[in-house]
Amino acid sequence: MGETGPEQPTLALSHVSKAFGAVRALRDVSLELFAGEAHALAGENGAGKSTLVKTLAGVHRPDSGQVLLDGEPVVFHGPADAQQAGVAVIYQEPTLFPDLSVAENIFMGRQPRGGLGRIDRRTMNAEADKLFERLGVGLDPQRPARGLSIADQQLVEIAKALSRNARVLIMDEPTAALSGNEVARLFNVVKALREQGCAVLFISHRLDEIFELCQRVTTLRDGAWIAAEPVEGLTHEDLIRRMVGRDLDALYPKQETVAGEVALKVDRLTREGVFADVSFEVRRGEIVALAGLVGAGRSEVARAIFGIDRFDAGSVTVGGTRLPAASPTAAMAAGLALVPEDRRQQGLVMELSIERNIGLAGLRDLRKGPLISRAAERDRARDWAVRLQLKFGRLTDGVGVLSGGNQQKVVLAKWLATGPSVLIVDEPTRGIDVGTKAEVHRLLSELAAQGIAVLMISSDLPEVLGMADRVLVMHEGRIAAEIPRADATEESVMSAATGRAA
Amino acid sequence: MSETTSEAAPAQKASPGPDAPGPGTSRRGVGHLLRWDVLVTALLLVVFLGGSLTSPSFASAGNLSFALGDLGEIALIALAMTMLVVAAEVDLSVASVLGLSSALVGSLWDAGWSIETIIPLVIVVGAVCGLVNGLLVTRLGLPSLAVTIGTMALYRGLAYVVLGDRAIAEFPQQYASLAVDDVPGTPIPYPVALFVVLAVVTAIVLHSTGFGRSLFAIGSQEEAAFFAGIRVKRIKLVLFVLSGTIAAFAGVIFTLRYGSARADNGVGIELAVIAAVLIGGVDFDGGKGTLGGVIAGVLLIGLLRNLLMLNDVTTEIQSVVTGLLLIVSVLTPRLAAVIRQRRRLPAP
Repeated sequence: MGETGPEQPTLALSHVSKAFGAVRALRDVSLELFAGEAHALAGENGAGKSTLVKTLAGVHRPDSGQVLLDGEPVVFHGPADAQQAGVAVIYQEPTLFPDLSVAENIFMGRQPRGGLGRIDRRTMNAEADKLFERLGVGLDPQRPARGLSIADQQLVEIAKALSRNARVLIMDEPTAALSGNEVARLFNVVKALREQGCAVLFISHRLDEIFELCQRVTTLRDGAWIAAEPVEGLTHEDLIRRMVGRDLDALYPKQETVAGEVALKVDRLTREGVFADVSFEVRRGEIVALAGLVGAGRSEVARAIFGIDRFDAGSVTVGGTRLPAASPTAAMAAGLALVPEDRRQQGLVMELSIERNIGLAGLRDLRKGPLISRAAERDRARDWAVRLQLKFGRLTDGVGVLSGGNQQKVVLAKWLATGPSVLIVDEPTRGIDVGTKAEVHRLLSELAAQGIAVLMISSDLPEVLGMADRVLVMHEGRIAAEIPRADATEESVMSAATGRAA
Repeated sequence: MSETTSEAAPAQKASPGPDAPGPGTSRRGVGHLLRWDVLVTALLLVVFLGGSLTSPSFASAGNLSFALGDLGEIALIALAMTMLVVAAEVDLSVASVLGLSSALVGSLWDAGWSIETIIPLVIVVGAVCGLVNGLLVTRLGLPSLAVTIGTMALYRGLAYVVLGDRAIAEFPQQYASLAVDDVPGTPIPYPVALFVVLAVVTAIVLHSTGFGRSLFAIGSQEEAAFFAGIRVKRIKLVLFVLSGTIAAFAGVIFTLRYGSARADNGVGIELAVIAAVLIGGVDFDGGKGTLGGVIAGVLLIGLLRNLLMLNDVTTEIQSVVTGLLLIVSVLTPRLAAVIRQRRRLPAP
């Protein structure tokens, strides 16, 4: 990788590794960002992209390897050091001070001073205007930040970075929440910055955007460096193969099933201020995906269905039984199971053993008279551990020693052992390795084939498109679209998720 | 669309559980011997032998019977407290409920009620005291430490309202003897026999029923327990009611045993109870512990108190010893965990 060209990379990582406990988030990863070039970082969820960004931003320090600035090794002791060095990160959802003006947000802590040390608003607004001019956008520096769209907030962040003379701009999935026009505008801004000599690192799940904007792409898989190459001459399929390590068919083994009777019926479900008027049905044998942007209210709907949270209006019916509000116990009795979003907080009791965790949702079934039968508990755990190909030492080991993917299998085992008719899975493969991911997909497919109704919440678009019979798209707390498998594409789902009519 | 959460998650809680297996296979052999409750039992034997050597009357049946009887209320309350602490809650108002119960017994007896009416009534009052604690904790989501410090003052205050500074004595002999006499043919006082029965029941409930399993899950990770369909609030409410009920019953025994009803009966014994539970190896953060350990802890506290008393050590010093034991029992497992982790580091 050394022979990239005559010039020095502005910012580079050289053979960087980083581990969190037993999880090796980055293994011997290198990356070179050149001035005037937009560089894409590709990889699936959990491939290590965020860890890499945080290493560049000074949030994490590498366990081994170096960060190089203009060819010289540097150590960022914190985000402030990285900012000082001219590295700016634009996150997906910026955090501005809503009650301050746009200009005040840009110059927070570095306001130009006038006489008597007072803030010179006139200069500040003029400077902000100049920055927006450079970016080629027309934002009013004097308006409050409250009410700005996410796209505009990102522009404010970019202006802030420019005002600090940032030379490296890192954009972590900036387009995830943007509409088509907003994406086009952002790209113009990035192209302008590139021409002005900035080095840009761009992260996106949308391959089209990588091909449109970037000159080079570095691919990570499971924390390891896979390739760094020019975008020109690469096809979508090439890039997917590098990201996934296999062809997509194997990753999404969807079986054709015939939808049976309605197993879950949600009617006009509303929780004030969170989601409203949500209605849909899931039939036996179906996998229905609930897609949408983070914060659209998907997990909240799942929580309300299962009874974790109370709902204010509407009804949930499982197999003909109308569920009382806010009772997970009643939901379970009716045949509902929920594999929650946060495995480590909600899915598992980390201190308990594998067998106790698997038994936890079915303590009633393990009884022999008033007592728990340890033999029944062990049999249940062993049975499901084998069926899900769990990799474990002993069933009495704590679940904390398992890998993320195997922990997720324990959560699945816990719920499948209750014999549900409706399975809700919330981000079932987030943060787990590709191999286990494919196994989870195969399992979901098999379950549907056995007549279980599956409702799958996922932020992973390929997963949604690969696994779902129907896609429900949520936008700002409402169902914005229902798209059958045949019509579901990245474009149709994203346009509904970002609020443009489908 | 963001993978921030997925990749940040391991950073927050990446360390495996404390009882994660080491690289070796010898965990069962050595690890078993190093279990906390086994250590406490060993310590108990040491105290017993030490006591027998230093104080000739210590090991006599009479003294041991007295020591056990003297321990009765603490032991009974410790059973309910164990379940609470395993579920990561605590009830500091138990001694005050005991005092209120004692004051009510005295005042009602003084007013001419029969003991047969007084006892069930007082126990119901104890259950209500526990219910109030439980409702404040589960419905309003207040921390039990704060709630029960409040009700500790409240219930003790009520005890003084009921009885003032008076001391009521002269309870009928047949009831008083129930609280002190031995079960015929044994050196075991009735309250101790009752404790043995209840301890067996508690051990079964805690370690072999779904209810017990739920307590450990709640204590380790309440949210995950709730997501698994466990009725967390209801279970906690039951525990607090149980704790109040047992404390009130202990108040009746205490009153009859000393033949004296006073509002300040049992002041401070909540500390002895909690010390016994923690020395018994129950983690104050919940989720860990065995009833066997707690029973060893209760006996250890009881024998120590008795030994100190036989050697004419003042109650102030006894209190110092209880306090030190409490701190040591909280500190030692943490130190052990740190040492274990240090030792594990060089291993791959």
